[in-house]
Amino acid sequence: MSRAGRVGRVTRRALLIGSVAVAGGVAFGVWRYRSPYANPLLDGLKAGAAALTPYVRIDGSGVTVITPRAEMGQGVHTTLAALVAEELDVALAEVRVEHGPASKAYFNEAILREAVPFAATDHSGSARRFRGLTRVPAKFLGMQVTGGSSSVPDAYVKMRKAGAAAREVLLAAAAAKLGVDKTSLRTEDGSVVAPSGDRIPYTELAESAASIEPPNDPPLKPAAEWRLLGKAQARVDMRPKCTGAAEYSIDVRLPGMRFATVRMNPDLGAGLRGFDASAARRMPGVERVVTLERGVAVIATNTWYAMKAAGEIDVDWETAAHPRTTEAHFAAVEAAFDGARDSRFRDDGDVDRAFIEGADLDGEYRVPYLAHATMEPLNALAWFRDGKLDIWAGNQLPTQALKDGARIAGIDESQVSVHTTWMGGGFGRRAEMDFIQSAVAVAVAAEGIPVLTTWSREEDMTHDAYRPLAIARFRANVADGRAAALDLELAAPSVFESQFGRIGIPAVGPDISIVQAAWDQPYAIPDCRVSGYRVPALLPVSSWRSVGASQNGFFHECIVDELAHAAGRDPLDFRLDMLTDEVSRGVIEAVADMADWGAPLPAGRGKGLAFVLSFGVPTAEVVEVVDTPNGIRIISAWAAVDVGTALDPRNIEAQVQSGMIFGLSAAIMSEITLRDGRVEQSNFHNYNALRIGQLPDIGVRIMENGPEIRGIGEPGTPPAAAALANAIYAATGQRIRELPLNRVLRFA
Amino acid sequence: MKLRVNGTDHEIDVAGDMPLLWVLRDELHVTGPKYGCGIAMCGACTVHIDGQPVRACVVPVAAVTGEVTTIEGLSGPGIAARLSAVQSAWIEHQVAQCGYCQPGLIMTAAALLAANPEPGDAEIDRALAGHLCRCGTYPRIRRAIHAAAASLAGDTP
Repeated sequence: MSRAGRVGRVTRRALLIGSVAVAGGVAFGVWRYRSPYANPLLDGLKAGAAALTPYVRIDGSGVTVITPRAEMGQGVHTTLAALVAEELDVALAEVRVEHGPASKAYFNEAILREAVPFAATDHSGSARRFRGLTRVPAKFLGMQVTGGSSSVPDAYVKMRKAGAAAREVLLAAAAAKLGVDKTSLRTEDGSVVAPSGDRIPYTELAESAASIEPPNDPPLKPAAEWRLLGKAQARVDMRPKCTGAAEYSIDVRLPGMRFATVRMNPDLGAGLRGFDASAARRMPGVERVVTLERGVAVIATNTWYAMKAAGEIDVDWETAAHPRTTEAHFAAVEAAFDGARDSRFRDDGDVDRAFIEGADLDGEYRVPYLAHATMEPLNALAWFRDGKLDIWAGNQLPTQALKDGARIAGIDESQVSVHTTWMGGGFGRRAEMDFIQSAVAVAVAAEGIPVLTTWSREEDMTHDAYRPLAIARFRANVADGRAAALDLELAAPSVFESQFGRIGIPAVGPDISIVQAAWDQPYAIPDCRVSGYRVPALLPVSSWRSVGASQNGFFHECIVDELAHAAGRDPLDFRLDMLTDEVSRGVIEAVADMADWGAPLPAGRGKGLAFVLSFGVPTAEVVEVVDTPNGIRIISAWAAVDVGTALDPRNIEAQVQSGMIFGLSAAIMSEITLRDGRVEQSNFHNYNALRIGQLPDIGVRIMENGPEIRGIGEPGTPPAAAALANAIYAATGQRIRELPLNRVLRFA
Repeated sequence: MKLRVNGTDHEIDVAGDMPLLWVLRDELHVTGPKYGCGIAMCGACTVHIDGQPVRACVVPVAAVTGEVTTIEGLSGPGIAARLSAVQSAWIEHQVAQCGYCQPGLIMTAAALLAANPEPGDAEIDRALAGHLCRCGTYPRIRRAIHAAAASLAGDTP
């Protein structure tokens, strides 16, 4: 398609993120875009300390680096701290690392970059211009958000600049103190080094540095001089996580605190008519029952007392509007194919003409709702007293927690402090605010007393904002061993509409997540069309590790595998033949090499390949299975990724393995179903995940050919289900088009 | 009721059917053992009673007669305490991601090595089958347990 056509289309359709900002009532201009937010570390700074940038605080006791993204296991605190420490010339082990306060100063300017309808492989001027434009609404939305594998791309330059600017200030302070020229000084290991060899520790320069204006655009070290970046770092959170000292919000203990739990309407979205808590109130440890918008909370002296009592409350629930059964929800998805189209970002050749005489193959794929099921059940500690509110919560969106806390407590945002703790898993769930809202409502009712409100596992599982269910329909032709035509239609409820709606930002325009990782894959198919259909809102849905790519990676790559077999080709060669991106070719060839693709296998064994480009990261995975008398067993797995620049290879390896295992677990055994309008799964006995004995080691190769640095929390997930399903086809000849796979097959 | 935890005696006043986990976490503020499921399906709450790994979320406190050891007690008292071999191996192999399930896994791994100084992969998988890690740290867990086994073997005179 012509470039002018693409730009025209983008303008006509109202660019989602631009329209989000405008519809949200945000007025912006470039002059304001350029003006920085105030440094939040200057609030309440102690005498003798210096907040040299929003990311570096130095006092007599040491250097603190602020890493304002949620540490949910992905290692982000270590990598972000390393960016600052690299330029500041301090040892990573010598700095304190803190998440820091909730502040718009920490807005994520990369979060919207992938929300524009340009493929990651599109390096044209207009693609770059539109991606660049997303910084403007990102700043004015001012969202401090962790997600979209955006933390590293967002921080890569700005946090190194923060370290470099702080270093320049320290050099200037040392030069003034010594009465020498700044250029005669150097820095090493937390000190400024004078020409004489004398060292002045940064901690001794804090006071005088505080009044020196940091430079706007300090030079950065060339990569060849990096000491930390590019090398495996010991995670800053590793030791406390292995000694029990790590503090998640569920572990915060304050004098005089109480423990609460909630019981909310299991019919999601509906409220309550009334309740009888007389029995609960008489139970041991119970202090108070609080009415919430969609349920009740019990405050007690112990979480267990609260949970026991909550179960004894007799509640008269209202009924929600969404359909009552899983089948009816899927029927709503099917109906969407007959409604208005939400997007068609890919339309190459003439697809209608290609199928005039029918299709060589066609079919339908489907995936269920999924829960996030973080290991740490949802919880938050809130303390409302003297017109001030403190919130301790592991969360991915602290600026929103600030806003919601202020609204519920009826106070100004300036009176709210959000303490973002480490989190026992996020996967997108902790970007939602419901668990914080309930904790604040409880704390307001119990004014003066700090209360930790913990959802039981059952409440957590049955009150998620789920990964949407989705259906893909396709028809395709093959000719001369190649894909000739593909018409792919994807229908799902809109994650953006649901998620933005809950934080009060209307999402206008198409939802790119419905077609994410399907419309933008770097394959050349002469007649190729990808259409998205938006299902009207059903259950609340939200981002689930890799968002739309989590289902579309499965759909698209199983379909590509079907095409390869229909064309009579090896699935690897078939893909390489139609690939248009050399970076992607690199990872596919790498994984084929690792997996010894093409080597003969005994009967009952099979390897499956899948390739998905998501969040800008080309990711190829191979799974090998064996069909045993006890069921299918995964015996080997490999992955290759290209992140452009690998800041911490050992952590990237962990994230790729983690993402792949997350995808395999969901593919094999996870589904959320409904009966009488209520979610049926309640705990790990009926919403399980893979255990250690069901998984082999996973080989990972990390490549750096891509043009830009990329984040890696999510890209490992999307190819996993397809690689497994394709392996099962290779081993058994059975093509399964619906997840979870254990509906059809046993797994050993 | 009396309860001995990590070498310290406590007098507690709670309902006898309260699970040990909630006594530890909310009464004694020993928060290393985690609440994950409450039904012994995930292993995050695992502690030792007289050296045996148990799921603290389903053991009524009144039924506890032995000495309780939690992750906090595994490395001995004091901040400068020497870590157990399992904890050291976990750090060496950078196992934890979100880390929430790791105290339970470490407790089970420590009990496994006490009973079986040189476990094979299948024995590791069996011993840890009751644990859930949503981050998928399993490949590194296996490596860390083998490393801990080797280091313990080396420590033996």
